[in-house]
Amino acid sequence: MLEVKNLHASINDKEILRGINLEIKAGEVHAIMGPNGSGKSTLSAVIAGKEEYEVTEGSVILNGEDLANFAPEERAHKGIFLSFQYPVEIPGVTVTNFIKTAINETRKGQGLEELPAKDMLKLIREKSDLLEIDRKFLSRSLNEGFSGGEKKRNEIFQMAMLEPKLAILDETDSGLDIDALKIVANGVNKLKSKDNAVLVITHYQRLLDYIVPDFVHVLYNGKIVKSGGKELALELEEKGYDWLK
Amino acid sequence: MELKEKLVSSFLAFENKGGLDLDSNVHALRLKAIKNFENEGFPTKKDEEWKYTNLKPLLKHDFSLFPTTKNTVGFKNIREYLINEIESYTLIFIDGVFSSFLSDTTHEECDVCVLSSALTRPKYKMVVDNYFNTIAKENNSLAELNTAFTKEGAFINIPKNTIVPKPIQILNFSTGSEKEVLLQPRNLVVVGENSHVQIIERHQNLSTNTTLTNTVTEIFVHKRAIIDYYKIQNDTENSSLIDSTFVSQKQQSVASVNTYSFGGKMTRNNLEFQHEGEHITSNLNGISILNNKQHVDNHTLVNHKFPNCESHELYKGIYADKSAGVFNGKVIVQQAAQKTNAFQQNNNILIDDGASIDAKPQLEIFADDVKCSHGCTIGQLDESALFYMQSRGIPKKEAKALLLFAFGNDVVEKIKIPQLKTRITKLIAKNLGVDLGFEL
Repeated sequence: MLEVKNLHASINDKEILRGINLEIKAGEVHAIMGPNGSGKSTLSAVIAGKEEYEVTEGSVILNGEDLANFAPEERAHKGIFLSFQYPVEIPGVTVTNFIKTAINETRKGQGLEELPAKDMLKLIREKSDLLEIDRKFLSRSLNEGFSGGEKKRNEIFQMAMLEPKLAILDETDSGLDIDALKIVANGVNKLKSKDNAVLVITHYQRLLDYIVPDFVHVLYNGKIVKSGGKELALELEEKGYDWLK
Repeated sequence: MELKEKLVSSFLAFENKGGLDLDSNVHALRLKAIKNFENEGFPTKKDEEWKYTNLKPLLKHDFSLFPTTKNTVGFKNIREYLINEIESYTLIFIDGVFSSFLSDTTHEECDVCVLSSALTRPKYKMVVDNYFNTIAKENNSLAELNTAFTKEGAFINIPKNTIVPKPIQILNFSTGSEKEVLLQPRNLVVVGENSHVQIIERHQNLSTNTTLTNTVTEIFVHKRAIIDYYKIQNDTENSSLIDSTFVSQKQQSVASVNTYSFGGKMTRNNLEFQHEGEHITSNLNGISILNNKQHVDNHTLVNHKFPNCESHELYKGIYADKSAGVFNGKVIVQQAAQKTNAFQQNNNILIDDGASIDAKPQLEIFADDVKCSHGCTIGQLDESALFYMQSRGIPKKEAKALLLFAFGNDVVEKIKIPQLKTRITKLIAKNLGVDLGFEL
């Protein structure tokens, strides 16, 4: 599904990613771990198409298509979803109106008709139940005054609504207490299928107790220095990152 | 001949045509006003209050002062400018002349009619003498000019204890019967004790010819009365507007003036509130969304003279291309006005490099037991918010519009007439070049 080939990326002429290779197949869950400043968030932003980053070498390929010339929204239309570490607050736009706009713009981008209001409502109900989201929450301004847990739950709610092919969860566990973490992880697990894939980016092993990865990669200084199975996460938790440097 | 000379020399002819009793009070006021205007002339950039708005290019036009009217304007021509979805009283003026055919006036519970009849009929003499030109500022030469040439406009007189059942729409159209025309509508609004009225005002050029409108509105709000006044400024690129609105409030009254500026070449709003009692509330809301070379200048003044009053001011601006905004918000809290709550907020977004805003909050506080605040921000669109929205599949253009919409939302929220709110929302969406498919 996703192939990252020898990816180099920099911001303001400072190189952050120095040759990343990664292959994710449909149905798989991958985790990327690494210390602060290793380039984890940069990798997710570059895959999602953030324009501030310049890809100097290599490529990101989704289902055989090089994404280099596609804007972030076009990548979203092709099925990439990025859950933000720090979701942005947008006062004056409700959660419902935002997701409606996102869904219909995505459908437009995919050459589909807008979703009829009735179906939209049904979908919203279904997905908010899945994630145990209170209806009142949906009429609040997007992320404005949300707690850390509410913000992350809202991210997963949007993911559930948009049904992406590849979901990238960037530090989704940060700022979550254990109950919120369980709900979020549970939501991700329910949405997992043989046709989609998940890339979990995390600092700690904690989240991986609940979203169990098939592969774990360690990112250090802009490169993947080690890959392995889920047991690698436990090893990292125990030993830290120093032994890999 | 320069415009000033042309105006002054036309005054006699205007007076002779006016059909006013030469002994009347109004005649004396006009005479005085033209003298004051002759002495002061048009304001220039040397005037502190006109530092950021240059009238000079505008005054070079050879304006026709007494336009001939084409009476070919029918309902179909003006329909789109009315808020049609609601029942309302309407006062429609075509090239400065009242159209009784298109209007819907009343004298039943209240007077919603025209100033020309109020100025000449004995029945209204007392109201006119008590109110007309009593709060329009003397050292404002443009208001003086309007007073000198006062002829027509809206006359709205609400007796006490009257809830006016439907909003009143005042629409001034210019048809382009003359190549360049100067219009000077004059409105007088008196809201009696415990009464309530909603007014929507609009100036609209129906042609591509040049129009300059210099309008003055005096509003008197008596004890416990409530007025909601909405100004829709969305005229063509050849139309300019100078709007001076003076509000005088008695105790426990609530007056709200909402100004929506989306179009026109140059717009200058002078908005003044004078407090004449305790427990008064004044609300001033405005939003400007400009592009090309449009210029909108909002000058506001709230004069707190009595204790226990409040004022709430919220102005927002979105400036694209080479458009320019000015915000000059003055709040005076006089020594007697203890326990005043005065809040002022002015937020601006500059979208393009060529756009500009001159913002000048001015607070003059002479009382010591007051709560006053002001805040002024000038920013750009938040790039990280744009990326966030794009990553959810919303294209950049729509994402920008959504952000701008959200930015202006709290001003739109102040509109108390739902159909008007829908209309303003649509106008904003149109101005931002998007169809968002939902109302915020």
